[in-house]
Amino acid sequence: MNNREIYVKVFLDTLGVEEKELEGLKYQDVPSWDSVGHMSLMAELEEAFDIMMDTEDILDFSSFEKGFEILNNYDVEF
Amino acid sequence: MMWNFNSIDNNVALIEDSGLHITYYQLNAMSRNLSNFFSGKKLVFCLCKNTIGSILGYVTFVNSKQVPLLLNSELDSSLLHFLFDTYKPQYMWIPKEQLNLFSDLSVIYNIYDYVLIKTNFNDNTNINDELALLLTTSGSTGSPKLVRQSYKNIKANTESIVEYLKIDKNEKAITTLPMNYTYGLSIINSHLYAGATLLLTDKSILEKEFWHFFKEYNATSFGGVPYTYEILEKLRFFKMDLPSLKTMTQAGGKLLPSLHEKFAKYALENNKDFVVMYGQTEATARMAYLPAEKSLEKFGSMGFAIPGGKFELYDLNSNVITENDVVGELVYYGDNVTLGYAEELSDLEKGDERHGKLVTGDMAYRDKDGYHFVVGRKKRFLKIFGNRVNLDEIERMIKKEFNIMNCACSGYDDNLFIFLVEDFNTNDIKTFLEDKTKLNRAAFNVKFIEKIPKNDSGKILYKEFKEHF
Repeated sequence: MNNREIYVKVFLDTLGVEEKELEGLKYQDVPSWDSVGHMSLMAELEEAFDIMMDTEDILDFSSFEKGFEILNNYDVEF
Repeated sequence: MMWNFNSIDNNVALIEDSGLHITYYQLNAMSRNLSNFFSGKKLVFCLCKNTIGSILGYVTFVNSKQVPLLLNSELDSSLLHFLFDTYKPQYMWIPKEQLNLFSDLSVIYNIYDYVLIKTNFNDNTNINDELALLLTTSGSTGSPKLVRQSYKNIKANTESIVEYLKIDKNEKAITTLPMNYTYGLSIINSHLYAGATLLLTDKSILEKEFWHFFKEYNATSFGGVPYTYEILEKLRFFKMDLPSLKTMTQAGGKLLPSLHEKFAKYALENNKDFVVMYGQTEATARMAYLPAEKSLEKFGSMGFAIPGGKFELYDLNSNVITENDVVGELVYYGDNVTLGYAEELSDLEKGDERHGKLVTGDMAYRDKDGYHFVVGRKKRFLKIFGNRVNLDEIERMIKKEFNIMNCACSGYDDNLFIFLVEDFNTNDIKTFLEDKTKLNRAAFNVKFIEKIPKNDSGKILYKEFKEHF
C-alpha cells in the first residue's frame, strides 16, 4: 500500500465511513469524528506512519484534505 | 429563588464564544420577562446547548418554579419524541434551528438563539411543590427514567460546592461539558450562585477555537471527565502556557490512578489546584472531593464527603463497616440526595422517597486517614466518556433492532463489549449504537463467541466475559 492508501484506510477503519464520503470530510461532519474519534484517528495515523504529532497539528487537523498537508510536515509524502 | 441576581448587578454573568455577553443585571431583567409567560407549575422540555439562551431559560424556569427537563440538543429525535409522548410537557425551550422538529406547534417567545413553544398537551398533572428539576439517568439511551431533584437538593449541593472549591465572583469557568449533564450543570449552578462568570462554548478541547476563547477571556477553571484528561495528556497539556488557569476539577468516573498522579504533580508544580471529585445525578451532583493539597499524596482516592454530607460503607448484610481498608457498598447521606426517580408522568406528583439516604451502587474502601477509594460497581453499568451506560439497556436495544436472541454486553469504563453468537455485520451494530447513544464508536467492540455462558437457570454469567476483553 502506498501512503495515500494507508491514509485512506485509517480513515475508513477508524471512522466507519465509506470511501465516497472522504472528500471534503471535516471534523464533526459525521458522529464518529467527534473528540473521541479524533484522538483515535490521530493515534492510528501516528502508528501507521510512525510519527508523533505536535499539539498544534492535532488541533489543526480539521479535515481529510488538511491531513495531507500536516503529514507532509512529518516527511510523509503522498 | 435559587439565584438572586439583583444584588450582584454589573458583573458579567455569561460570555459566549461569539463574543456576546450579558451581565447579571441583564440576566435578571430578561429572566423576569420570560417568567411572565408562566403561571402555575408546568413541565418544560429544554434542549440544551452551552449558550446564553439555553442558560437564560434554565435559570428562569427554576427560579419561577417551573420544572425543566434538561436534554441534550443533539438527542436522537426518535428518543426525544418518545420522551415527549411519555411526559407530555406543556412547554419546550429549544434552539431556533431545531424548530423543524416541532413545526406543528406555536412559538410564543424568542430571544437570542432560543424559542419558547407551547405544546397541545392538557395540564392534568399536579406536579409536586418540591420538584425543581428533572435530569436523565443516562443521557444517551433516552431511557424515560429521570432523576427528580428538589429546590433543597440543588441549593444544598450548590452551597457546598461553592464552599469547598472556594468559588467567588472573580472566577471564570469555561464549559467543557454539556449543560444537561449533572456535572456540567453543577458548574453552571455554582458559578451563577457565586456571581462568577461562565465562558460558554460547545467547542471541544480538540478545537483551536476553544483554546483561543480560553486565552482571550482568561479562563480560571474547567472540569473534565476521565476521557478529557486522557485527551489533555495526549495534547501535551503539561507544556501549554495557561497562566490564567487556577483550578481543574475531575468527575464523571474514576480517573486512572497513574493519570491522577500526573495531573496532581503538574498542578502542584505549577501552582494550580487539581480537585478529583465523586458524584451521581441521584445526589444532585457532588458527594465527595479530594482537596487539592492532598491530590498527590492520596492519588487514586476521591477523598471524603463534601460539607454537609456523610459516607458509610455497608457489608453484604447492610451492616456498617467500621474497620479501615475493607471494601463495602458506599452509602451517602445529605440534603443533596434527590427525591427519587420518575418513570412516567404521574411520578411527578411524588414527594421525597429517599429521605436523605443514597445507596450508591459503588464499591469502595476507606483508608486509615478517612480517604475513600472506589474499586468497582455493584450494578451493571459502565461510564463511557463520562456518560453512564446501562449494559442491560444496550443489550435490549441490540436485540430489538437486529432481532437477535443471543447477545450479551459487558466491559469496563470507556470499553463496551458486545458478544454475539451469530455472524453479524460489526459495522452495522457500531453505527446503530453510535446513532442511538451519540457515543463514539471507538467505545464499542463486537466479539463473536461460541456460546453465551449461562448458569442452570439461564442467567447470563457476565463475569466469564472478562477473558475476552
